[in-house]
Amino acid sequence: MSRTALGRTLVEKIIARASGKDSVRPGEIVTCQVDLAMILDSGGPRKVWPRMKELGVGVWDRDKIIVCSDHFVPAVDTETANILKIARDFVKEFNITHFYDMVGIGHIVLAEHGHLAPGMFACGGDSHSPMGGAYGCYMAGFGGIEMTGVVITGEIWTRVPETIRVDWSGKFAQGVVAKDISLTLCRELGMDNAFKAVEFGGETVRAMSMGERGVLCNMAAELGAETGMIEPDETTLAAMRKAGREPDADALTWRSDDNAAYAAKHTFDANTLSPQVAAPHKPSNSGPAGDYKNVKVDQAYIGACVGAKLEDLHMVAAVLKGRKVAPTTRLLVAPATKKIYAAAAADGTLSTIVDAGAIMLASGCGACAAMGAGILSDGEVCIASTNRNFKGRMGSSTAEVYLGSPYTVAAAAVAGHIADPREFLN
Amino acid sequence: MTTVTGKAWVFGDEVNTDLMAPGIYMKAPNEEMMKHCLESVDPTFAKEVKAGDIVVAGHNWGVGSAREQAALNFAMHKVGAILADSFARIFYRNALNFGVPCLFFPHYKEIKAGDQIRVDAVGGTVENLTSGKAYKVEPIPAHLMEMITDGGLMPHLKKKLGKSAA
Repeated sequence: MSRTALGRTLVEKIIARASGKDSVRPGEIVTCQVDLAMILDSGGPRKVWPRMKELGVGVWDRDKIIVCSDHFVPAVDTETANILKIARDFVKEFNITHFYDMVGIGHIVLAEHGHLAPGMFACGGDSHSPMGGAYGCYMAGFGGIEMTGVVITGEIWTRVPETIRVDWSGKFAQGVVAKDISLTLCRELGMDNAFKAVEFGGETVRAMSMGERGVLCNMAAELGAETGMIEPDETTLAAMRKAGREPDADALTWRSDDNAAYAAKHTFDANTLSPQVAAPHKPSNSGPAGDYKNVKVDQAYIGACVGAKLEDLHMVAAVLKGRKVAPTTRLLVAPATKKIYAAAAADGTLSTIVDAGAIMLASGCGACAAMGAGILSDGEVCIASTNRNFKGRMGSSTAEVYLGSPYTVAAAAVAGHIADPREFLN
Repeated sequence: MTTVTGKAWVFGDEVNTDLMAPGIYMKAPNEEMMKHCLESVDPTFAKEVKAGDIVVAGHNWGVGSAREQAALNFAMHKVGAILADSFARIFYRNALNFGVPCLFFPHYKEIKAGDQIRVDAVGGTVENLTSGKAYKVEPIPAHLMEMITDGGLMPHLKKKLGKSAA
């Protein structure tokens, strides 16, 4: 088959539109017009604004720049308080339209407030920005220095990524969720898929809620990918409407062609998947949760963009209902946003979690990146519903972090050691 | 200005951004953060690295976070270039934007700690002055060449905006 006969993947179509071309192919270097730029307290105004002052320039578009303070919230000392104040002052100075100050973790806030739509080209000042790709848009992470350029010019260069297609068929067994897929993929596909996009599909993915789809796209970051994406469907459109955004008439046309040229195609079976755990010190170091039963846990942590959505708190409550956190273990829970916090309070989930002995924390990035409450001491062992377990990630460089689904983290909190959560779901 | 000579600091595979810029120092100013770069991997690095020294590493160098401090630390220490088997995407982009040349270097295992290395990021050559071996490498991508020769995104933007570089 000749090259020209091949169709385009979703990411190629979006980059073509954003770069003003009829079509693009992997490897091409293009400049894209940005539809949405999210900057956060940690690498946002604090880093971007001094450079803007140095250059004597303002922002490119106050409506398209979204500022979200989520990393150092709430402030714990004058340094973090000052970082949050810089974000507030920046928003005032440039009259930024959308500012989410201590409302929750940016990646979730974007979806909750209807900022994402199929076909968009979006940039985020955080590595887990690919989470937005669950809405069928291109969203990738960039550092503060590059977001400076975006905030000033509204443009960014990219090398059109190749697309890896990952299809999952079958149905999950009870206690198995999207996080178990992500930890499996880190092991199977490796963590060095730089400058590639990963497109997730198949009946298992189609059956997922938007929150679960977000887990897959979020952890495309752990695969090292430029972005993770899921072609939009009725589930996508329903979530947009719920967030107050009416989808464009052509929203469902943002999908890969049937004859698209993928760099690789992988298929997996969800029917046989078991709850997974990633052992220290990398997400690809994963295996069945049941293999780690001798690992005693000092701290169990439910938090972060990937692991503290409403459905995640429901998973935790399903394990904790009628049970208590083990006396040798502490369970910390930081719902990802204030909306999620309120919903979990309204439907009784919070009281189940608190009655079991959990400690509730503020909505924010928190302990996941050692920037908020819940930091680990020397030699401690933690299991977390977060996405990274690099050495020193959650505090001391001698601490050990295991990753698991919210089910698996809650099961460890109750057992006092890592366990297969299915033993707690009957 | 794009040819540098310095001592090799050699690291392994999958050295991540939490090791380069530990989370507990993320709130600190850059001058403080740079002292903790790679401290749990090689505590001598941040203390002894000199301007122009060359960092050599295995695959997926800089995997992890978007935090710019991970790359900025090497710019603050005036590291002359980073040679790695492969780079994580955001680290690679950040480092180039801070004016630190990053070159894909599959022969990384042939470099020993302390070797004297000469790197020409524009011409695409690496010379190990200690062993006498020379290598051709992919130069910096053409569309980024001007930014790199300008010294990074900020000097580049200053030039584009018609202001003199400080």
